[in-house]
Amino acid sequence: MEHVAEGTVESPLLDIPVGKFGMWVFLISEIMFFTGLIGSYIVLRLGSTGWPQPRTILNTPLLGLNTVVLLSSSLTMVLALAAAQQDRQRALQRYLLLTALLGLTFLGIKGYDYVHMWHRGFTISSSLFGSCYYLLTGFHALHVLSGVILLLYLFTAASRGLFSAANYGRIEYSGLYWHFIDIVWVMLFAILCLV
Amino acid sequence: MAHPPRSFWRRYVFSTNHKVIAVQYLLTGILFLAMGGLMALLIRWQLAYPWQPIPLVGKLLFPGSGGAVTPEAYPMLFTMHGGIMVFFAITPILLGAMGNYTIPLEVGARDMAFPRLNMLSYWLLFLGSMILLVSFFVPGGAAGFGWTIYAPLSSSTEVSPGWGQDLFILGLALDAVSILMGGLNYITTIMQLRAPGLTLRRLPLTLWGLFYSAVLNTLWLPIVAAALFMVLCDRRLGTAFFVAGPLAPHSGGQVLLYQHLFWGFGHPEVYILILPVWGLVGDLLSVFSRKPAFGYKATVVSMLTITILSGIVWGHHMFTSGMNPLVGKAFMILTITISVPTAIFFLNWLGTLWRGAIRLTVPMLFALGVVFVFAIGGLTGLFNALQVFDIYIHDTYFVVGHFHYTLAASVLFGAYAFIYYWFPKIFGRQMSPLLGRLHFGLSFLFLNAVFSGMFVVGLHGHMRRIADATTYEFLKPMQAWNVWIGWAALGLGLSQLLFFHNFVRSLLKGKTAPANPWQAGSLAWTVSSPPPEHNFEARPRVFCGPHEYGVPELTDGDWLSQTDPRAATLAKS
Repeated sequence: MEHVAEGTVESPLLDIPVGKFGMWVFLISEIMFFTGLIGSYIVLRLGSTGWPQPRTILNTPLLGLNTVVLLSSSLTMVLALAAAQQDRQRALQRYLLLTALLGLTFLGIKGYDYVHMWHRGFTISSSLFGSCYYLLTGFHALHVLSGVILLLYLFTAASRGLFSAANYGRIEYSGLYWHFIDIVWVMLFAILCLV
Repeated sequence: MAHPPRSFWRRYVFSTNHKVIAVQYLLTGILFLAMGGLMALLIRWQLAYPWQPIPLVGKLLFPGSGGAVTPEAYPMLFTMHGGIMVFFAITPILLGAMGNYTIPLEVGARDMAFPRLNMLSYWLLFLGSMILLVSFFVPGGAAGFGWTIYAPLSSSTEVSPGWGQDLFILGLALDAVSILMGGLNYITTIMQLRAPGLTLRRLPLTLWGLFYSAVLNTLWLPIVAAALFMVLCDRRLGTAFFVAGPLAPHSGGQVLLYQHLFWGFGHPEVYILILPVWGLVGDLLSVFSRKPAFGYKATVVSMLTITILSGIVWGHHMFTSGMNPLVGKAFMILTITISVPTAIFFLNWLGTLWRGAIRLTVPMLFALGVVFVFAIGGLTGLFNALQVFDIYIHDTYFVVGHFHYTLAASVLFGAYAFIYYWFPKIFGRQMSPLLGRLHFGLSFLFLNAVFSGMFVVGLHGHMRRIADATTYEFLKPMQAWNVWIGWAALGLGLSQLLFFHNFVRSLLKGKTAPANPWQAGSLAWTVSSPPPEHNFEARPRVFCGPHEYGVPELTDGDWLSQTDPRAATLAKS
């Protein structure tokens, strides 16, 4: 009898939607990608002599401001999800757009920072620190850019009323990605600029 | 009932159906397999008859030198042979085609979890392979730094200037993203879309192999992707992550770091390719011995153990790199530990065969071929793992022989076992068993002649990647072996024509295949050949494992399908 009973139940490993499961698998590979980059940075930095004090080169207050910008975008993302779950369409659109704009602000500040640094002679090829700085923050910026595109796509979908209290999966999974980008930036800020 | 899309483009080209995508992968893989194989023949010709014009095709390929391989072309040949075979031939066939075709059918799903991602995954591979092909025709030719892309040779344009090198890296990076997308689908589909009753203990071993392989890809492929991007930065953006000394624009770069990053992925990669084969062999031995897979649970657990261990043994590729010998010792012990779980599932294979009612079909022959060649590959792996012995055979043909026994012989036979076994399901037609047997017999013979010859010259100190052994006094006695390997390789290449002929002929006018030509128990064989657009009319229910063969209580045959409700009552008695 036990076998018959077993034959009647669905048997996914975790009781979550496939979209969420897939997003977590994707994020694991993303974590490993940044592990490769950050790990290399740590090895290169520990192995070299005379590493400069980051504060003497980088514009730490500006990058700190950028951290605040990205952190608040995570907050608006959470508010967007809450709005979707409560079926508040206008609020959902507003928060999605706000999150995308905060992401764009981050990229704008980042771009200003790059140009400024470059003109002061701190380029990708000027020193090992420069190489690491532009490589790590550059790949992170690319992730932010793809996140912004994703958010703008979600915004247009929300404007067409595609989400509701019963259907907010894509907002939730995109939120996971957005928070991941946020966490990576906090780590990069700490290991590149503070220590 | 669902119908396939009407338009040609949506149905055959930009299809989201896993079965069409699997065939796309299969054809791409076979095409590149042929290409990589022809390159191997050019390599073997050069080693057998150094700097002699190649008969027939020589004038076409190397017009500048009267038909002989040039010193510049030789490194390109072995680089592209390796890169193509690993990433564009074997990976598309075993992960792309076998993964895509079998997973949804064997778990009883309509399609993959993310069909559009699946389509994108194939087209990224296609784009990557096109970039690879273009790289042959850019000024300076294709990449020549070896498929391992070792820095600083790869990361400095002073020593490897051509754009072909960049295109090779770019092609690999696209392939990596494609494999990651595929793996995401495999993991999600296997874990989340299993039919009711298909518990993890009832999963075919092939799916376990594909699952572990996808997990390894998810974890380790991003690491090498990061390393490849850093190499590109070193080449074109003036950084010096992996360059040191006079070549470097500034100090601090670490050459050894590249090797760690590469082998951190590179060692799992061999398991990424062999795990699906192990799984497939486990299933095939059971089907064609008409016996349950012996020690199913132990096999699954030992494959898991190997999956875990494979991530922490990469240092055994670097014993002679100048790495701390004490660290090397740790890597040596971990590496040797892998032989324990390997021995467990290997004995389980033999246990499955033991006193079975063996049917020597073509897929079974190839599965038995894997058992044989993998034993040799695995045992010589133990030699390589020993630090003291590795110092002696490092960078010789002994390593090349070992690598090819595991990754060329085992994986190639695994790929053929997959094709011969699944061909009737995929195309609804049967392949000729006679040609198949002939293909197996000749391949088996020539393949062993080629790769065992490499052990002999390798133990004699024959270095890998040299173009002409006759310039070394101590290798002169080995030249006869190089000639022998060359002719055996030609024989191996020619016997593959039997396969191509069989494949195309059966595709066009093979006998119509029944739904279950092998009397196999897993879910894929409960639907018609080829399966309907969305595989299953209704969600199937599963009552037992995939290996219920040789059931003595049955009167109408010797096996149970996974969907057979009688399994419940039989299991009680």
